[in-house]
Amino acid sequence: MADQFDLECRNVGKNFDRFVAVDNVSLTIPKGSFFSILGPSGCGKTTLLRMLAGFQEPTSGDILIKGKSVLGVPPNRRPVNMVFQHLALFPMMNVADNVAYGLRRRGVDKATINRKVAETLARVGLPDSGPKQISQLSGGQKQRIAIARCLVLEPAVLLLDEPLGALDLKLREHMKVELKQLQHEIGTTFVYITHDQSEALVMSDQVAVMNAGKFEQVGTPQDLYYNPQTAFVASFVGESNRWRGTVGETTGDYVAINLDKGGVILADKAAHASLPTGQDVEIFVRPEAIAIGRSDAAPDPVPGNNSLTGTVENVLFNGAASSVQIRETATGHEMSVALPQTGAFANLRAGDVINLAWHASQTRCFAGVLPSGIEGGQS
Amino acid sequence: MTAASSTGQGNGVRLGVVLLATPLLLWLLVLVILPHVDLLLVSLRERIAFRQYEFSFANYIAFFVEPLYWNTYVRTAVMSIMATVLTLIIGFPVSYYIAKIMRGRGKNVLFMMCLIPFWVSELVRTFGWMILLRESGVISSFLQWAGLVDGPVEMLYNDVTIMVGLVYTSMLFMVVPLVSVLDSLDDSLIEAGYDLGGNAFTVTRDIVIPHAMPGIASGCIVVFMLTLGNYLTPNLLGGKDSLWFTEQIYTQFITRFNWESGSAFGFLLLVLSSLIVWIGLKLSRQTLADTVR
Repeated sequence: MADQFDLECRNVGKNFDRFVAVDNVSLTIPKGSFFSILGPSGCGKTTLLRMLAGFQEPTSGDILIKGKSVLGVPPNRRPVNMVFQHLALFPMMNVADNVAYGLRRRGVDKATINRKVAETLARVGLPDSGPKQISQLSGGQKQRIAIARCLVLEPAVLLLDEPLGALDLKLREHMKVELKQLQHEIGTTFVYITHDQSEALVMSDQVAVMNAGKFEQVGTPQDLYYNPQTAFVASFVGESNRWRGTVGETTGDYVAINLDKGGVILADKAAHASLPTGQDVEIFVRPEAIAIGRSDAAPDPVPGNNSLTGTVENVLFNGAASSVQIRETATGHEMSVALPQTGAFANLRAGDVINLAWHASQTRCFAGVLPSGIEGGQS
Repeated sequence: MTAASSTGQGNGVRLGVVLLATPLLLWLLVLVILPHVDLLLVSLRERIAFRQYEFSFANYIAFFVEPLYWNTYVRTAVMSIMATVLTLIIGFPVSYYIAKIMRGRGKNVLFMMCLIPFWVSELVRTFGWMILLRESGVISSFLQWAGLVDGPVEMLYNDVTIMVGLVYTSMLFMVVPLVSVLDSLDDSLIEAGYDLGGNAFTVTRDIVIPHAMPGIASGCIVVFMLTLGNYLTPNLLGGKDSLWFTEQIYTQFITRFNWESGSAFGFLLLVLSSLIVWIGLKLSRQTLADTVR
């Protein structure tokens, strides 16, 4: 039963003096999956990863790799390997020696080492780079050598500590796809930590969103995006329009949320059944969930539809990811709305008045008020 | 210089460079090159009568035929190499501890503690050792008081004491370059070494030492040069038996008024130190340029 999971954490906690870095985290990672831990810097994700690698011991809880507890096992005896944030390739050795390092430590014979190094270099697409010095490699090549250096040891789990952080945007986009492909081909379990939501969403089978030492939500990327369970996940994953308000009256299937700055937004009753009337809530609506229309074509009144009008303040053209910033006429709220990709609104200009509409089922409300300063990462 | 460069002419810039380099060039010429040229000339002459000299290799020949000079020369070289190696062996873990294990304030405090003994002069520090080690000194008295020995123990005037003094005197000059080179070693390289299956020994051998090599080389060069040219420590702690080559040079110049022979010895010491440093660099595959990075 236990060996279905390559990696399991049971109520793992880590305190530094009185500061709680990781607070009672439990997770199970199935064999061969790509698991990401996504969180803002300082949320404890690096501490968690370092505990998995063995550089830090948890204050409480247990870590199991392939069903066996690794508490007290030093990093050099754990069947996990780590790709460091700045890769940590050894500059005093050439590429082949870097890749061979782990095998040498295991006392593998020379012929086997040479064969395995050649195989692994071929697998990461750099078959002829063995005699090169590390300084001769480009950023993307270093990345692949750092992964090759771990893969050659056939670890149960490969830990990756934001390895794409140092690359420029274009290469990062490219490496995202490449890393996912590589993981798919070799079938090793990857645990990837990042603060970049797009890296986590694109590559992962499962993502854990971490905040202040705790897991907020664990699920597939689609799950996190469409069904966030907490206000933090809703704000951190993807873009959202946000309001604050209080829960008002229920009418049929829909509950009205009274915004603090005036105005009413409808939400599904069924999805928010746990929120009592009068509860302070944070309201989130995805920019792409909002349909826009010309003000002269009045929208059909659909039950449960939120319908607003607004003035275009800015058109942010970015190809397929274009959006407009709109100031809502009645309340003065700033909103961001994704433009449809058909080009129907290509002639939209600042100052135009348009209709906005979204269905109540697209509105997400979460109890409580989020501390300010936590905003979604830009993708 | 500002006036010259503000004219914006190429000449002005060149003049600036020359003026800036002047103190250095003067220092090299007046304090290093001129005395050595004179030393060489003096060493290559022989006094045949009062104020009458002629060109001769007699001073160098005397060095090679007199076993005392020759033995002192070799002994000084061997002892200096030993002192350098000992300083490295003791200084490396100390530096590693300061640079890699201590964090924050403790690091600065430890580094300062290495530095503080060097605020007093070498003479005072050496007297400190003498107070501890002499027959009527602190350690001897303590041993007698504790009943471990019957009579006074003389711990001065032997080779071990000279070695202790030399290592002590040199420690800072080894620790400073080592701490700075180890500070520049990324912690994640060490962690990666462990992560890939290395242990303390292999990580030190394969990652820490290769990275620290320029610092090791520069520390060793400085310590070796200082030790080889040290006069005070071997003389005070070793007494008459210390047989340090600098003492021979001193004797030739001051006691015997034999400047010709003293100059020759001075030149031989220069050759010796250059040769050993060169061999050391070759063996460690370092270049002089690496060590001053």
